[in-house]
Amino acid sequence: MRKNLTIIVYIIVCFTLQSTLFKSLSFGGISPNLMIVLTSAFGFMYGSKHGLTVGFFSGLLIDIFFGEVLGFYALIYMYIGYVNGIFQSIFYKEDIKLPLALITASDFIYGIVTYLLLFLLRSRFHLGYYFSHIIFPEIVYTILISIILYPLLLATNKHFERLEQRSVS
Amino acid sequence: MRRRRGTKFTIPSKYLLLILTVFCFIVMAVTFTTDFVAEPLNSAAGFVVVPFQRGVSRIGRWISSRSDELLELRDVLKENQELKERIDELTTEVNSLQQDKYELSNLRELYSLDNQYKDYQKIGARVISKDAGNWFHSFVIDKGSNDGIEVDMNVIAGSGLVGRVTEVSTNYAKVVSIIDDKSNVSAMVLSTSDRLIVSGDLQLMNDGYIRFSQLMDEDGEVKAGDKIVTSHISDKYLPGILIGYINQISIDENNLTSSGLLIPAVDFAHMEEVLVILTKKQ
Repeated sequence: MRKNLTIIVYIIVCFTLQSTLFKSLSFGGISPNLMIVLTSAFGFMYGSKHGLTVGFFSGLLIDIFFGEVLGFYALIYMYIGYVNGIFQSIFYKEDIKLPLALITASDFIYGIVTYLLLFLLRSRFHLGYYFSHIIFPEIVYTILISIILYPLLLATNKHFERLEQRSVS
Repeated sequence: MRRRRGTKFTIPSKYLLLILTVFCFIVMAVTFTTDFVAEPLNSAAGFVVVPFQRGVSRIGRWISSRSDELLELRDVLKENQELKERIDELTTEVNSLQQDKYELSNLRELYSLDNQYKDYQKIGARVISKDAGNWFHSFVIDKGSNDGIEVDMNVIAGSGLVGRVTEVSTNYAKVVSIIDDKSNVSAMVLSTSDRLIVSGDLQLMNDGYIRFSQLMDEDGEVKAGDKIVTSHISDKYLPGILIGYINQISIDENNLTSSGLLIPAVDFAHMEEVLVILTKKQ
């Protein structure tokens, strides 16, 4: 119960920060993607099921406020969370390389999918431009932010594991 | 969820994924084909998230304006010196301009368009959050249906067109701006009344331009610097609202129409307060 509540708080806080504070602190019009960090981290820390739920609700929130159709971003984020969950078996808390690699990959996939579905289909063909001006800067900024955000998520993870161990024993 | 509670029904993640995927597709199809917007969902989300956004966006604005101030201070001092010199120059210029003013007031009667949108009833609103992604340019304002805002109302800032309201909930509304990649506005050149289409473009936006196309200018009278306003035939936008000024213009390959770039009248990067026109076109 407490875990679910924490997840809800995380999603709302990240969404709020992403759409307000980080829009004011954007570099060259680019702001980081906290929701991807959240979705991806919950995926590889807690497994596919958590990944896809967090992704689904993060995406749904974006859909409600900024989406054209309901369910579009929910779908993208959900699959990203699910795929990240597969990597739970090779995730170790001490290792920072895998999380960063997964977050990078997730943000990259998100960017490419958004481009393919929302831009290429409206005959905007300059992938090179969009990659160098939107996708790549977003990844760099997201990685910088996740260096701060990730330890926080890791600490929450450790806290819950301790709680679970206590309730089992 | 404690494990002690005994056998708890759980769905394997594979099936959950499948169920939610189907759910997403259904909802997408429904919202795409019909006008049905999940109103309870919107108001619930608005009830929870909007208060946070209001608070945090104020903090964000405060921080960014402080950092801007520091950067600008040096420039401002230098600028102050320059401006003092210019005052002298300008006082002489004012005298000559006063003569032109008489001429201008006559011309202005011809363009009664300009005064039209001063009479519309407007309501001020604050921008509380911007699109979470980096691909599109919509934003959320802190006024909703409680304040009389409806879908398709026009939004302006300063003197120029910002966009229009596309979604309304009780305490917030979503505005899609004219620089958004998906936005198209029917417009006309103020001086010649030639019609054209203004469309937002993500690629040009970083340079501060928006694209226009399909300008029928047979006599070649339209030139850089001309004012572009919303046209009479647009079914969403009120006529005569300033959009921007032509920056570049070139004739298309078909030799019939022209296209080019225009500079919007509104500074979209530093937009904090907007005005919503409460009159609708239809």
